[in-house]
Amino acid sequence: MTRTRNWTTYFQVTPLALVFLVFLVIPIVTIVVVSFFDYTTTSIIPTFILQNYEELLLSPVTWQTYLQTVQFALITWALTFLIGFTLAYFLAFHVRSSTWQQVLFLVCTIPFWTSNVIRMISWIPFLGRNGLANQTLLQMGLIHQPLEFLLYSNFSVVLVYVHLYTLFMVVPIFNSMMRIDRALLEAAIDGGATGWQTLTNVILPLCKPGIAIGSIFVVTIVMGDFVTVRMMSGGLSASVALMMANAMSLLQYPAAAANAVVLLIVVLMIVAAMMRVVDIRKEL
Amino acid sequence: MAKMNGSGVGRRRILKGAAGLAGAAMGTTIGAPTIWAQNNKNIVLRQFGTGVSAINEIAEKAKKDLGFTIQMTALDSDACVQRAVTQPNSYDVADIEYWMIKKIWPAKVLQPFDVKKLTYFDKIVPIFTTGKLKPDSVIAQGTAPSKVGFVDKIDSTTFAAGQTGWFTMVPTIYNADTLGIRPDLVGREITQWKDILDPKFKGKTSILNIPSIGIMDAAMICESAGVMKYGDKGNMTKAEIDKTIDFLIKTKKEGQFRAFWKTFDESVNLMTSGEVVIQSMWSPAVAAVRSKGVACKYQPLKEGYRSWGDGLAIAKHLSGSQLAAAYDYINWYLSGWCGGFLNRQGYYSAVLETAKSNMSEDEWGFWMEGKPAKGDIKSPQGAVMEKAGAVRDGGSFYERMGAVACWNAVMDEDRYMVQKWNSFIAA
Repeated sequence: MTRTRNWTTYFQVTPLALVFLVFLVIPIVTIVVVSFFDYTTTSIIPTFILQNYEELLLSPVTWQTYLQTVQFALITWALTFLIGFTLAYFLAFHVRSSTWQQVLFLVCTIPFWTSNVIRMISWIPFLGRNGLANQTLLQMGLIHQPLEFLLYSNFSVVLVYVHLYTLFMVVPIFNSMMRIDRALLEAAIDGGATGWQTLTNVILPLCKPGIAIGSIFVVTIVMGDFVTVRMMSGGLSASVALMMANAMSLLQYPAAAANAVVLLIVVLMIVAAMMRVVDIRKEL
Repeated sequence: MAKMNGSGVGRRRILKGAAGLAGAAMGTTIGAPTIWAQNNKNIVLRQFGTGVSAINEIAEKAKKDLGFTIQMTALDSDACVQRAVTQPNSYDVADIEYWMIKKIWPAKVLQPFDVKKLTYFDKIVPIFTTGKLKPDSVIAQGTAPSKVGFVDKIDSTTFAAGQTGWFTMVPTIYNADTLGIRPDLVGREITQWKDILDPKFKGKTSILNIPSIGIMDAAMICESAGVMKYGDKGNMTKAEIDKTIDFLIKTKKEGQFRAFWKTFDESVNLMTSGEVVIQSMWSPAVAAVRSKGVACKYQPLKEGYRSWGDGLAIAKHLSGSQLAAAYDYINWYLSGWCGGFLNRQGYYSAVLETAKSNMSEDEWGFWMEGKPAKGDIKSPQGAVMEKAGAVRDGGSFYERMGAVACWNAVMDEDRYMVQKWNSFIAA
């Protein structure tokens, strides 16, 4: 009896396991293997060397770039969390009618009906030296020189990240908030808690799974991004993925693979740290 | 025409088409095309290349004149090298730059041309054969086409020192690049590469962020500014790379650059929007800025041009009728129509003589001889590019191509250069 049930279980997980094996495990193993290969300008030489990792880890450029990328991720995370949490809070607790909740929630998703790249690029004419933002400020007499830092700077990179990824925070946090039993809030208020105390002692802890899921989305996307950094910094800033793209463009696949492995480890460590703080499965 | 599979009619029409082509365009009789034309209507040649030369009009005209289909795919330069080396069976004709072939050839994915089968081989501009535009010219630095143009044997993996019977690539398009400026905004005379470093242009300059080409522009600037002198800008030593990149980092930290561009449209937008007033540019990008009504000049500079060349190479797997079709296509390419088409876009074609007969006297005078235009100069698509009286920036073909200081290149210290370039971008 138990035996057959065991077999059924294995049978049931086979399709998904196969999908993971073919599309996740094998590619990652390949990347790890290639990261130890040697290469010349025209060919990849199957061997076992540590030079790719040496060149990567001993170079100050790598550390600078990782630092820069982590910095982007942290700032973006903090801003998307603040904005996302506020938005979700407003939707969940201030909008009373569930119809309006649905409508406003859909409104939040409207920007997602166009492509990521379009939403990103449309900032460029807006922020440019002769762009709308600078012209408006100049005409209002608030500034006398166009603000150069608006475009092709870390500012514009973070701005676009926040614009693109805040919804990834809103959705899971909103979802968590909607699951909170309203009786708990009433109990808190009856118990004499102020609005702030209710927020920090009741709502925030109960939203932890949503926050964690949103954070994982935002942090992993930003850590692996290269298009936004390249377009919005005008090529003045680097990111880890941009380093890989540069290496690949010159057929230096093993170097890119080594970098990919290191990035994977770093991101996995970040995600693991988040999972330690919040047990997503337990609280879902 | 390709849809007609009934052999009799299709074959006759193809034969007629091929005969017409041989008569009208080529002027001479070629044996091979008419023989192979019997069954070439089903032939498809898959060609990939840089956006520069993936021109629909050329594919359409080839279909009309030759009967077979050319499928073009446009990729960026880096992707071209990747495709050529890693997916050798995915293409029949590679439309690549000369510096790329230095990387691609040793991978044994291409086969050389037999010059005897190239109808116009003797008429190709000597830059691509002897390396010397005029008998007294000096071969420029970098991956000059003549240095990678020939191999000794059909299966050699290294390039021949001089001219042989095996041609690695048939040149199609080339040009001389320099800095583009906004004459209305620079407010001073621009004469040298180092003028991009003028503190007046702080935060208003850009160079391109394609390592293998960007480093060359950087070298032109460094040499002009007296930072250093290179043995060969196209093949720097580690010390030269270090010094160049250090200088770039210093310049970047001082805020001289507004941005680095990677694609054609980025360079156009930077210039049109006034974000930059002086930057590395490609010739058609200058034309694109002008077509928007914004003044833009392709400024000739004292130190000379950085030049590039595109050509067609054939995949190793081609044989039989497909190989013959590839030769037909390439002979057709040099037979004049394409040359006229490309020259009228501001590029140069490999065989000038045949191109000339496909251009009006005024067009030839404006684009190739540096003469003032007598009437409006139109693009191949019919849009007015220059008004009567205009003179081409930089002057005639011989003035421009005669002043090439270096060619786009791949260095022996490629690996090191990319690491350093990354450090420049990350700095």
